[in-house]
Amino acid sequence: MIRMTDIHEAPPEPASIGAEQIEYLEQLARIRLSGEEKERTARDLSKILDYIEMLGELDTEGVDPLSHPVTTEPVFREDKAVNDDRRDAMLRNAPEHKDGCFKVPKTVE
Amino acid sequence: MKDENILNMTALEVARAIRSGDITSPQATEAVLSAIEEKDGELNGYIRVFGDRAIARASEVQKQIERGALDYPLAGVPYAIKDNICTEGIPTTCGSKMLENFIPPYSATVVHDLERAGAVSVGKLNLDEFCMGSTSETSFFGPVKNPWDTTRVPGGSSGGAAASVAARMSFYAYGSDTGGSIRQPCSYCGVSGIKPTYGSVSRFGLIAYASSLDQIGPIGRDMLDCAAALNQIIGKDPADQTTIDTVPIDLSAASEFSGKGLRIGVPEDFFAEGIDPEVEAAVRKAVHVFSELGASVTSFRLPIARYAIPTYYIIACAEACSNLSRYDGIKYGYRSQNAKSLSDIYVMSRSEGFGLEVKRRIMLGNYVLSSGFYDAYYKKALQSKALIRKAFDEAFVKYDLILGPTAPSTAPRIGESLSDPLRMYLSDVYTVLPNIVGLPSASIPCGFDRNNMPVGLQMIGPYRSEQTMVGAACLFQRSTAYHLRFPEKRGEDA
Repeated sequence: MIRMTDIHEAPPEPASIGAEQIEYLEQLARIRLSGEEKERTARDLSKILDYIEMLGELDTEGVDPLSHPVTTEPVFREDKAVNDDRRDAMLRNAPEHKDGCFKVPKTVE
Repeated sequence: MKDENILNMTALEVARAIRSGDITSPQATEAVLSAIEEKDGELNGYIRVFGDRAIARASEVQKQIERGALDYPLAGVPYAIKDNICTEGIPTTCGSKMLENFIPPYSATVVHDLERAGAVSVGKLNLDEFCMGSTSETSFFGPVKNPWDTTRVPGGSSGGAAASVAARMSFYAYGSDTGGSIRQPCSYCGVSGIKPTYGSVSRFGLIAYASSLDQIGPIGRDMLDCAAALNQIIGKDPADQTTIDTVPIDLSAASEFSGKGLRIGVPEDFFAEGIDPEVEAAVRKAVHVFSELGASVTSFRLPIARYAIPTYYIIACAEACSNLSRYDGIKYGYRSQNAKSLSDIYVMSRSEGFGLEVKRRIMLGNYVLSSGFYDAYYKKALQSKALIRKAFDEAFVKYDLILGPTAPSTAPRIGESLSDPLRMYLSDVYTVLPNIVGLPSASIPCGFDRNNMPVGLQMIGPYRSEQTMVGAACLFQRSTAYHLRFPEKRGEDA
């Protein structure tokens, strides 16, 4: 799992997306863009954000944010395991596995 | 019976013919498989076709039908399903290099439902990568072509599903709809489709794009087929806690639905700047058909519609960047062969495994959620969502159904949208609203433009109003013939 809290850098100022912002977003997204992709993404994101800015004009003073319009009641179930042991089936899609575990490069030097 | 005659039937007609012994399920399956063989080389609607496997399944279902052990309304009828819905033991790619070799260890709840109902799957349908697109061009497996004109897109992201139904390469299909991904391709391909009330259909086993918006739904040749197909997959599922109890659609009531007393609202904001005049004319004419059938039609203002696209893209991309963080090259999916360290595995696998549109939406999601921007974007979008909910609540006091265009234009040419993502996003301007607040919505064919490309009529109803929506759509289809036209007849009709 990629944890966003791993990244501590302060966010850059909001503006049209430049090289610095792209680099910051690459870190957040754990994605590295090629030179050409960087330029295109900066241009496209600036255009999209320009359009999205329109939302700023909507008066939302005192409006509570809405998350779940249809299901509002929390759903409970008994705290009982219902799944079988399917370790090997789950590991079958792993790019690399060993002794019933996912295999990754050494993480601690 | 000849293949051609079988292929011209609706799904419900095929089911009746199988029950009465006029044809068999393997015969219907063979007919569909030959149509795929003949046409899909060009259309590219399928990522995977089950040849012998489908025939074997059809034979098994046929035996059960003959024994009287299966009496579901669509038993034995071949269907196809979008390749973002997990099928145990069968690759499920989501149209991405990331999942090119992913073989799900379990099936989606809807797939189990369909097995129980005696449905026969003929294949997995092409789509925009991770459903991120409105044209079915971003698939790692190549673009899907529109059966009406192969130089045009079929819409997206369920472009393979809509194209397969339009080209008679399936009797009905299942797609998924996050912001119009069922309705907009239905509009572009001249077929019918439903995005059900959020929670009516289990999302367990549907590969997540934006979980608060995603919903699986049917695509068919007419609305009655769609209703029968939807009935097969609804219901509460312990594996998806957002599911709600849903009453099946009564098909005979839907076939006898009367327009008298039906209150229809038409938001004038849906005919604002940017709509193709031919689309507007076809939609207005369709609305007029309803008033001739006894419905009262009233224009009203829905000014919040202006904020639909910004609200949608903030919510969708925010959820997508979180949902797609699971693709880390460790547990399943693509792993870069060049990665040396753990951190390299994450970054390089994602960079090599995702296409540019997916990367763009993940980064946009990260942007709107990042510290300092969260209130200005994500919180604002959720407030806008509350206002959209309020606007619809008010409208549905006065109207039973809202009608308007499904998309601002007919199908654009292949390649036109890729160079300008914002323009592509705007093609979803009418369809995203129901997703944002979970309302049911449908698209049915309502005309053709001068290039003979289909136009779609969008219907939006209150929560759980599928019965009324399907009834009204069936009434329209009993009174018009747009849904009966299909691509091969093009020359004769033009």
